[in-house]
Amino acid sequence: MPKFKLNVNDETRTVDIRDPQEPLLYVLRNALGLTGAKYGCGLGQCGSCTVIVDGEAVRSCLMPISKLAGKKVTTIEGLGTPGKPHPLQTAFVAEQAAQCGYCVTGMVMTGAALLARKPAITRDDAQQALSGNLCRCGTHERILRAMLRASKKVSA
Amino acid sequence: MNSPFSQPRREFLQIGGALVVGFTLPSPAYAQRQSGAEEALGKTLDPSEVDGFVAVNADGSVTIYSGKVDLGQGLRIAIPQMAAEELGIGVERIVLIEGDTALTPDQGATAGSSGIMRGGVQVRQAAATAREALIGMAAARANKLAVEFDTVDGEVRLKTGGAGIRFGDLVANKRLDVKVDLKANLRDPASYTVVGKPLARPDIPGKVDGRHVYVHDFRIDGMLHGRVVRPPAVGARLVTVDDASIRAIAGVRVVRVNDFLGVVAASEWDAVTAAQLLKARWSESMPLIGTSAVRGWLRAGPFAADETLVKKGDATAALAGAKKVSAEFYWPMQSHGSMGPSCAVADVRDGKATVWSASQATHRFRETIARALALPKDAVRVIYLDGSGCYGMNGHDDAAADAALLSKAVGRPVRVQWSREDEHGWDPKAPPQLLALEGALGDDGKINAWRTEMWIPKATASLPNMPLLALDAAGIAQTPGITTGLISQNGDPPYAVPHQEVVVHWLPTAPLRPSNFRAPGKVANCFAVESFTDILAVAARSDSVAFRLQGLSDPRGVEVIRRAAALLGWQPRPSPAPDTPGAGRGFAYMHYKHNESYVAMAMEVDVAKATGAIRVRRVACAHDCGLVINPDALRSQIEGNILQTLSRTLFEEVAFDRSRVTSVDWASYPILTFPDVPEILIDIVSRPKEPPLGAGEASATPVPAALANAIFDAVGARLTTVPFTRERVRAALG
Repeated sequence: MPKFKLNVNDETRTVDIRDPQEPLLYVLRNALGLTGAKYGCGLGQCGSCTVIVDGEAVRSCLMPISKLAGKKVTTIEGLGTPGKPHPLQTAFVAEQAAQCGYCVTGMVMTGAALLARKPAITRDDAQQALSGNLCRCGTHERILRAMLRASKKVSA
Repeated sequence: MNSPFSQPRREFLQIGGALVVGFTLPSPAYAQRQSGAEEALGKTLDPSEVDGFVAVNADGSVTIYSGKVDLGQGLRIAIPQMAAEELGIGVERIVLIEGDTALTPDQGATAGSSGIMRGGVQVRQAAATAREALIGMAAARANKLAVEFDTVDGEVRLKTGGAGIRFGDLVANKRLDVKVDLKANLRDPASYTVVGKPLARPDIPGKVDGRHVYVHDFRIDGMLHGRVVRPPAVGARLVTVDDASIRAIAGVRVVRVNDFLGVVAASEWDAVTAAQLLKARWSESMPLIGTSAVRGWLRAGPFAADETLVKKGDATAALAGAKKVSAEFYWPMQSHGSMGPSCAVADVRDGKATVWSASQATHRFRETIARALALPKDAVRVIYLDGSGCYGMNGHDDAAADAALLSKAVGRPVRVQWSREDEHGWDPKAPPQLLALEGALGDDGKINAWRTEMWIPKATASLPNMPLLALDAAGIAQTPGITTGLISQNGDPPYAVPHQEVVVHWLPTAPLRPSNFRAPGKVANCFAVESFTDILAVAARSDSVAFRLQGLSDPRGVEVIRRAAALLGWQPRPSPAPDTPGAGRGFAYMHYKHNESYVAMAMEVDVAKATGAIRVRRVACAHDCGLVINPDALRSQIEGNILQTLSRTLFEEVAFDRSRVTSVDWASYPILTFPDVPEILIDIVSRPKEPPLGAGEASATPVPAALANAIFDAVGARLTTVPFTRERVRAALG
């Protein structure tokens, strides 16, 4: 089986994958045991599977494993840890910004990519940046508050 | 072996038969699989026994066994709060076990806003009884009267002070062995220290750092990945399968049981691609009526029954001679639209079955699985794991049945993950509703006569479980019928109307397989009733808030209406706004089921007349659900109800043709997105001396009417058909 070398959360990982078209999402969740990115649609429409590749928020459900050579993948597990959370994760907890929480890791990854690019954001910036991330529980208001709370922290 | 009740939590978890999901506050514990004897789990599940719900561990911590589960609504903190308060122990020392048929009592489905109102109240009474039992033991030991003691910080102490006895020292190695005493004294709400506090939910850190284990993330040794191959049309029969078509993918097994077709593979991606590549021939099938025919279908019948639900005075006579107004309202079929398609893991081997599922009702589902697999009930265990957003019966039971059939076929544990197309295409849908209303004002400008006529599907009485796709396809017998929830409630006005009548025409079936969807039926019914109330207010040239208040005597209803109006800064005047400037406000009120929570909602919108675009600016909600257990979790539910129901009202209708659902992704079934989010204002009326009522649904119900009334106020056009698309707005503007 073909071997693929990946840089995930600052570690080099080698995986045996039959199909070079297998999306990164499946590799993360199964071969690498990183289940923080979620399967939502497989169509790039919902954002539940969002990870950061070379600084950009991308949909891991549409990213073939063969396209990742030389690229740096960050997943929610690499963004922060329970002991050392990313400021946006701290803000999500402070705002209790999850109901079922299934979409939340994708929200955090999209939001973290925005804050890395633009630390001081407005509510409108957050609304636009997250416009492709869907939430069904209606947690949007809290997620926006968490984004602004984290922005204050990282831009201070 | 010692009783599990004497074991410290971790040890207890290790002796568990298959899996115990425990949540220790404040940090969540995760799904664990253990090996060991099932007999170690032989605790009582009897809800009349305190031991059914409460176990005092030797280390002094307390395990609470809850049949009600956390679907994202916050029971994982709220139920421990209720138990901690009565027991007199810190909430962080409570471990909550949810929805495990081997461990938790059957408290019914986590549905119908019953989690706190019934489930939490049941646990609370068990906890109060446990406190009395613990005090009794301590008093006997000290040779004093029970009234001299209280429980504080996990100890029984003399009220006069001094050292106490730890719970764990009182009940080490034994059960409490007492019946739940329905008369056991509850603490005075004035003394509450835990209930009513906005304590943080223990599962949120794990949900935010990616470590929380959803059923989608659950893995067990030897587990394979399964996918079900759905027919191209509802009701199609499987004619032939070409196993050779997936020969290129090594190790994939095709499973066929009559019309049930699936693939199983060691690699998830292999299962996904094999399901896509597998060539199968299906029969033609066109059993559906198509989206555009639904409204007419509801009207046409044939009907299973006609029923008069409400009759006061003589509405027919009062309307006959009056200058009446009338309107017809339509609510389409909608999808639950959970973000993660349904998923389940099943292990069916050696005459036993274990199913990990996001089931709302593990005990009920255990019986379904036992029947489906022809196993005795006791050989089946169903264990709840979090799914992705449950707002009623989505595909979670179906996915679990899929997994069970595939696991049985291959003799290994199988995980089935539905695709987006599976979920949108095949999840059971909220049923359609049609309502026609007539009303007339009296000479005093108040409502004198009211008639509501409904055309809705009738739920099958005593249906053991919603019929499942996999069993249907596999030809496994199940009781036929439909489930909808109590969709005929709140069809009557909540105001004093001397002559009123509610009549329902029950349809025996539904255009697509239906199920309960949050506040079943009552979203549409409140849409009709509260839109029509505004139509009458307009006829009376009355302000919407004043018009409602003049018909209402219930002080709790009056209070929420006044508060919601104040929250938005409501200025009294009739609708529409002078010169219909494109900006308006609307109001709606609900007393849920006429005996649960009170909600009033005011809303501001902008309507672009040229395009028909609706922009909701602000939503104000006043909410009274009696005693509030956790005000922040409650707010979260209210926010969710508002935003989800705005989405349903503005965007959502399932599209289907004669063969199948065609709105099978987020492009063809759009929902609310971040740019659509309005400002939300919430005012919670706290009534600590009243019983706690459900809050998972009530605040969804006034959203559509408040929006429709605001649109009318803004532009003078009345929307009566959901969703409020731009085309419909433009058409209503004429």
